[in-house]
Amino acid sequence: MSIEERTITILVKNEPGVLSRVAGVFSGRGYNIKTLCVAETTNPEISRITLTSNADADFTEKIKKQLDKLVDVVDVLDYTGERFLKREMMLIGLRITPDRYAELLQAVNTFGCRIIGMQPDYYIIETSGRRSENDAVFKYFQTFDVEMMNRTGSIALPRHPQKYSA
Amino acid sequence: MKLTGSQILFKALREEKVDTIFGYPGGSVIDLYDELFHQEGIKHYLVRHEQGAVHAADGYARATGKVGVCLVTSGPGATNTVTGIANAYADSIPIVILTGQVPTHMIGKDAFQEVDITGITRPCSKHNFLVRKIDDLGRTIREAFYIAHSGRPGPVLVDIPKDILQGTLEETELFMEIHLPPEPPKEPIDEACAAALTMIRTARKPVIFAGGGVLRGKAVSELMTFANCIHAPVTASLMGLGAFPGTHPRWLGMLGMHGTYYANMAVSHCDLLIAVGVRFDDRVTSKVAEFAPHAKIIHIDIDPVSINKIVKSHVSIISDCREALHRLLSMAGGEVLLSADQTREWLEQIEKWKKAVPLSYCRSAKIKPQYVIEKLYELTRGEAIITTEVGQNQMWAAQFYRFDHPDTFISSGGLGTMGFGLPAAIGAQVAFPDRLVVDIAGDGSIQMNIQELATAVHYNLPVKVVILNNGFLGMVRQWQEMFYGRRYSQTEMKQALDFVKLAEAFGAVGLRATKPEEVEEVLRKGLETPRAVMMDFHVEPEEQVYPMVSPGAGLTDMKLGNLRRDAD
Repeated sequence: MSIEERTITILVKNEPGVLSRVAGVFSGRGYNIKTLCVAETTNPEISRITLTSNADADFTEKIKKQLDKLVDVVDVLDYTGERFLKREMMLIGLRITPDRYAELLQAVNTFGCRIIGMQPDYYIIETSGRRSENDAVFKYFQTFDVEMMNRTGSIALPRHPQKYSA
Repeated sequence: MKLTGSQILFKALREEKVDTIFGYPGGSVIDLYDELFHQEGIKHYLVRHEQGAVHAADGYARATGKVGVCLVTSGPGATNTVTGIANAYADSIPIVILTGQVPTHMIGKDAFQEVDITGITRPCSKHNFLVRKIDDLGRTIREAFYIAHSGRPGPVLVDIPKDILQGTLEETELFMEIHLPPEPPKEPIDEACAAALTMIRTARKPVIFAGGGVLRGKAVSELMTFANCIHAPVTASLMGLGAFPGTHPRWLGMLGMHGTYYANMAVSHCDLLIAVGVRFDDRVTSKVAEFAPHAKIIHIDIDPVSINKIVKSHVSIISDCREALHRLLSMAGGEVLLSADQTREWLEQIEKWKKAVPLSYCRSAKIKPQYVIEKLYELTRGEAIITTEVGQNQMWAAQFYRFDHPDTFISSGGLGTMGFGLPAAIGAQVAFPDRLVVDIAGDGSIQMNIQELATAVHYNLPVKVVILNNGFLGMVRQWQEMFYGRRYSQTEMKQALDFVKLAEAFGAVGLRATKPEEVEEVLRKGLETPRAVMMDFHVEPEEQVYPMVSPGAGLTDMKLGNLRRDAD
């Protein structure tokens, strides 16, 4: 069976230990979580977990059934595929020498990034987009002296409204 | 009026109609035990080890169908319940485990007798709670009971910090209403049932395979009606024993690794397998690719996870077993789906298999363990509640005692927990003081929770322990004999241990038989004695459990020893 990246979003009760239960379903069944994002929804009692995992086609069915069994899980939705918009955010901290200021600013403009931290020799650049876009942006900025990088996992929404608006 | 946390807890237990608790006190639950001192209508059984408490609650739950309750302290009290929780989880048994916890402000500070028991039990319980506010206590207890018995049942743990038990709440502020996220909507089953009926009508070689779900779902009489409506033979997993009468002419005996020859042959040759309340454990299927290779499979189970997890089904009905069978029968509208004529040839074939390789054993000068079980069956007229330990003793009990009634065979199926039988027998005896409860044990297993004999004596519980004493960890030895060149690595238990004196030291009655002719007398005497009795049968040390499907082989690939009567 073909292995590909799956995106799942899970609405859960906003309570301690819930993330551990969800993660336990993945580890207990031998799946690796590739990226993970968790935040409150518009309803503070409910959190949304969005995660991606490389897995075969019956993964979603198997995992959904397991997750549905967790008492704290409100809903499990498969966000894999073109019907969903996915975005990640990335922060890049890089050292810079004055001779490359212009080049850096041009790149920031071209890629639609933002400079959110600025010291004479150290900039922090923020970018968001599809993972592949962020990969490309990062690849370019590696021509500078990258000190640190941190990126989030995917968050996602369906292109058209679905049953949950949380 | 103000209520303490302890009072709220007992109030919630009473709302859940709890009258029996198995437990063990300690520092974190001392306030709860102080409150228990004033409580009427709740009987607490003081076990001798917390593992005993959780197995006893489990045995109580299996015998009654109610939720079993156990109460222990924090730290080691809590960790000692973990095996029992995993055991109940594997077999889908509804129990609620109440654990004390260090005071809220001490949590996470490595306090005395602190462990993260909700963290430890997360993967082996159906759900668990750490109560954080006294306001949540009553509601949480009620939710725990609801979760434990609803859907596919299982163990639920509630961890309660000491300060919450000591704290107080105005009675007017006490809310006990359950507040849980909605369960996933149930899928309609009519379409699947219709497909199943079509499949049944065209089958000529059907087999019904019953599991623990039939017993948990109280679908025993529906199963019988259904089996009669299609004139099919019935087999069961270990967990399903008692779901169909063991003396019924169409009963096939247990399926799987130590299942009967004819059950394994029937499943391997049937054209329709109707699996009811099962999850296709590997001890049942053995090599999945060769499991029921000629059959269409209808799978009824309450847990969607069980469907297509191991064995792909052609029709799946995700439902409570009783509801599913009821629906099938009502959709059939009283029509006989398969007549006796239509399955006659098939049942005749099965009779041939039954005659060719019956369950049997060879007599010898030494006591045969199977003989002890046969005699026990005879003397109890099949009316006892049987619990077992795990290993050869368990398999012989499953093979040679015929279970006609539901919830009379209480055994650790999924987890295979040695030491389960005696405390489970105590739980069953507490539930049914007037019934005969017998733990069939091995000399290895019985030592794993032997301390609970003291509990039985303490409460005058007349449980009987039948030890099939072969001086070995018999099942592992059997594997070593068959697959490891008879290298008996660490399985010999040659011991000076005198079980008769041990029983007497505990205040129970000890009896022993060393020759076949003594078996009946010892059993008779033991069963008649209205006290806890431990009977020590010195059996043939190297007796094997047959049939045995080699690990990883197909079900027809059975080692039969000398069971075969005639070549077919």
